[in-house]
Amino acid sequence: MLRFIARRLLETVPVLLIIVTATFFMIRFVPGGPFTSEKAVSPEVLRNLERAYHLDQPLWRQYTTYLGQVLHGDLGPSFKYPNRTVNEIIADKLPVSLELGGLALVVALGLGLPLGVLAAARRNTWLDYVASTTAMLGVCVPTFVLGPILVLLFAIHFHGFNASGWYGPADRVLPALTLGCVYAAYIARLTRGGMLEILGQDYIRTARAKGASELQIVLRHALRGGILPVVAFLGPATAGILTGSFVIETIFQIPGLGREFVNSAFNRDYTVILGTVLLYAAMIVLLNLVVDLVQVWLNPRLKFE
Amino acid sequence: MTSTTTALAVPPDRGRSPWQDAWLRLRKNRLAVAGAVVVLGFALLCAFGPFFAQSYQVQNLNLGATGPGAAHWLGTDTLGRDLLSRILYGGRISLLVGLVASFVALVIGVTYGAISGYAGGATDRLMMRGVDIMFALPFTIFVILMMVFLKEPMQLLDAWLRNFDLLGVRPFANLQGVGKILLLFAAIGAVEWLTMARIVRGQVLAIKQMEYIAAARTMGVGSRRIIFRHMVPNLLGPVIVYTSLTIPAVMLLESFLSFLGLGVDAPMSSLGTLIKDGAEKMEEYWWLLVFPGGAFSLTLLSLNFLGDGLRDALDVRSSKD
Repeated sequence: MLRFIARRLLETVPVLLIIVTATFFMIRFVPGGPFTSEKAVSPEVLRNLERAYHLDQPLWRQYTTYLGQVLHGDLGPSFKYPNRTVNEIIADKLPVSLELGGLALVVALGLGLPLGVLAAARRNTWLDYVASTTAMLGVCVPTFVLGPILVLLFAIHFHGFNASGWYGPADRVLPALTLGCVYAAYIARLTRGGMLEILGQDYIRTARAKGASELQIVLRHALRGGILPVVAFLGPATAGILTGSFVIETIFQIPGLGREFVNSAFNRDYTVILGTVLLYAAMIVLLNLVVDLVQVWLNPRLKFE
Repeated sequence: MTSTTTALAVPPDRGRSPWQDAWLRLRKNRLAVAGAVVVLGFALLCAFGPFFAQSYQVQNLNLGATGPGAAHWLGTDTLGRDLLSRILYGGRISLLVGLVASFVALVIGVTYGAISGYAGGATDRLMMRGVDIMFALPFTIFVILMMVFLKEPMQLLDAWLRNFDLLGVRPFANLQGVGKILLLFAAIGAVEWLTMARIVRGQVLAIKQMEYIAAARTMGVGSRRIIFRHMVPNLLGPVIVYTSLTIPAVMLLESFLSFLGLGVDAPMSSLGTLIKDGAEKMEEYWWLLVFPGGAFSLTLLSLNFLGDGLRDALDVRSSKD
């Protein structure tokens, strides 16, 4: 297993290198730069600015310089916010996004798993139909529709929450619900499918014949195998929750990294773009590794390969 | 009821082809039929409705935003534009992006997957390792970057198209925002092909080893005929199913981009831009959010029901039990 982890971690290095290189040249290939949109900067000032940020050097030189910096853990200075480094911006904004994403994941698993297990255990009863229909609806109402509607209902109509902002614990409720609900719906569908497949297996019949209670069968025998599809989905889901927070952070005016990334793309803040892309990619690659490990742990028939 | 009569209508000595079987199964699935009806209805409305409805661009600033009523069934926006017309026009763009970008993804995915599966061996391993790696990437981020950074080259293309001179005629002089739409097609298509490639590759690998392929070969059937008569029809099922599930995913991605302000430019609108506008003004004018959002969700729901129905109808594995 350690060899497996080591090999996967080694594989990450070229992947991240490709991502940084592709992003670097894609955003630099296009004419214009972080300072061109500024109103009437004199040529001299522009030249000085470019010299200060090494933009006057040949592109390949800038690329190697950047790579060298990154290897030392330095993501460079921001172009748009003077006196701030990308490291500072990330340290400032990432915790907010992580908290939002973590809460959303809790909502997604907390709602999705029980709903799916319940629907599978009471297959083809009204409970199953209600749960399945809710899940299908949840998949089809995107976050940017659900979020504003929740705000309209609970913030504007009933005055239960603030419409935007990120101050008290109450401000976490609506954003986390919005982001989590869509994934709860996916998870419920996957759980139901996985559980149904397991509940039809021979060893479940054996357990039943030995007199295990229905609750024991579902929770002790079926659940472990039944949630395998959910675990496989957690990799893409986390990636989706991370990028999905771009929209949530815009709707609810949350000062997180997602909004920062979208702004930096609009502003052509090269270093912030590169830094966040690198961070997101690294996080997703590592999460996928964790997901693979959990899958093998849950299903010993899979081997580390 | 209807299915049994149709089944009897087919002469028993000819038997039914798998496609006829699938068609019968699909017709029995009420949710899938309802989904198909809603999707087709909305598509027809979007395609032909704007010819009868008021133009989506006509502004009436004196009128401003009005709620749903007799003159404007779904109300008007803050510039006095008819919301129904805007939804139909927006639906046009959204459906168009959904269809074309899915087609782009289909072409890339099928080509890549077929080559990988057909070649096999080291080529296959390398190509699929590439797909695995790309799967792990934050692709939405790349679409966002593409939409931002390739905007200007696309505007150049726009200008070039508008000035395009064919023997004194300028056929594209009145086109607006074509570059942006082409960019949407390309950017979304470029990221949605991965699953298709995996499915096709797996299918090709499996079919290649089937006994009926070996049988056809021993009987002296040429490669060309084997590919088109025996392999393509067996590939078609999964490809159709997965394409039908890609379309809603693509539409979702398009409106996600539009919501971030990266989709089509005003005065054009997609359902995503309408939802974005609605979300900004919902405090006073709820209908601007609820109707476009409802139309969008209903379309996605119907497409998903149709896709699920197609999967159940065409999936050979599940038809055995």
